[in-house]
Amino acid sequence: MAVEVDVVATKFMRYWLTAGLLVSAYSSAAVLPEERADNMYHVYSGGGVTIDGPSILIRKNIGSNTSFSANYYVDMISGASIDVEATASEYSEQRDQYSLGADYLVDKTTISVGYTNSSENDYEAETVAFGISQGFFGDLSTIDLRVSYGSDDVFRSGDENFSDEAQHRRYALSWNQILTQKLIAELSVETVTDEGFLNNPYRSVRYLDPASGSGFAYQAEVYPRTRNSDAVAIRGKYRLPYRASVKAEYRRYADSWGITADNVEFRYTHPLEERDEWILEGKIRYYQQTSADFYSDLFPYLNASNFRARDKEMSNFTTLAFGLGVSYELPQRWSLLNRKNTINLYWDHILFDYKDFLDVTVHGEGTSITPGEEPAYNFSANVFRLFWTVSI
Amino acid sequence: MRYLLPLIAVSLFSGCTVMPWVAPYERQYLADPIMGFERDPVAASYMNHVYEAREAARGAEGGSGGGCGCN
Repeated sequence: MAVEVDVVATKFMRYWLTAGLLVSAYSSAAVLPEERADNMYHVYSGGGVTIDGPSILIRKNIGSNTSFSANYYVDMISGASIDVEATASEYSEQRDQYSLGADYLVDKTTISVGYTNSSENDYEAETVAFGISQGFFGDLSTIDLRVSYGSDDVFRSGDENFSDEAQHRRYALSWNQILTQKLIAELSVETVTDEGFLNNPYRSVRYLDPASGSGFAYQAEVYPRTRNSDAVAIRGKYRLPYRASVKAEYRRYADSWGITADNVEFRYTHPLEERDEWILEGKIRYYQQTSADFYSDLFPYLNASNFRARDKEMSNFTTLAFGLGVSYELPQRWSLLNRKNTINLYWDHILFDYKDFLDVTVHGEGTSITPGEEPAYNFSANVFRLFWTVSI
Repeated sequence: MRYLLPLIAVSLFSGCTVMPWVAPYERQYLADPIMGFERDPVAASYMNHVYEAREAARGAEGGSGGGCGCN
């Protein structure tokens, strides 16, 4: 029987994906979001795993003060990541997510509400979100406050006796500021609190076991049942002397599990024609984090500590991402609904480089590598986003 | 004194008023779509999901991150 071990991209943070998407914030608070329909196909492929699917978003105003939105998003997961290769067999699963949102504009204030439901065979998540955005200083400044509450039910395939819960609360504040005619900046802070079953029910840690042929064995992960994190980010966008823009961003993160992280990103946007027929984009992003206090690639013995993790997302690692994108506005004769239609393709290449997560797949018949002496794991991933946008 | 007090009062109150230093008619560069932090909410939201699923850090993506409906 295939044991579903890896839940690569989806657990625990799914609720936020469109909670943020639908409880929108604006660079200017005194306008409703753009009316548009987006039809995207996304694919992530790397580390032995492929995750793809559609994302469809429709935003439409009703009257002059209210905007409604709906999103349908799917992750179809297949393959076997290194965690699966080490302890179980290949699997596939699907996650479906539905979201609804509404924005109400009163003078310079926008009030937003959103609801998201995410469902898969072993995980159910619901999130409600509320946001308020206020423009002031003659619309030079916008303050945006968002809160959300998510409630999850966690199950384990093949184990009908297991079920647990998790709750997530997020509080985000952003200050968006026009600084000059060509420069806009934003300061964001966000606190997240989690409570409940926070680890992946399928993942294991390894420990030294002289009785085992390979010298090590596996036991279940145990995470703390609470986690609090704080993040602060500053970003700016500058219009160059010719028609192009650059974006710079820095974020600092720390949490109660002992993880600290930083990331920086630079992006360059360059239209080829004054009419926006072609817009090109390039970016580079660097991320680094320290490991959680209770992370170890190899514990010294069975039940070595109260909390234990060997999830590579909890380890010390860096990622380096390069991205290219192109948008093309279709000529009028090809445009649907006689509106502005654009086709967009973005490609990101991400390099994951783990410092203290070792590659146990080197163990095989005829090899005699001492546990703890394996090479560090690394892999690269390609991410594609292809979408068609119709301005309604 | 009769003239000084109103003068001080006016000075103080005017000091509390922040005049927008970029007038609405001076924002043509900022209104350009290439000046939005994110132009496409579906695409931006997806990339935040990709990062958040594989990195421990989360939050503070801003009005533009987390997938905003920015104009």
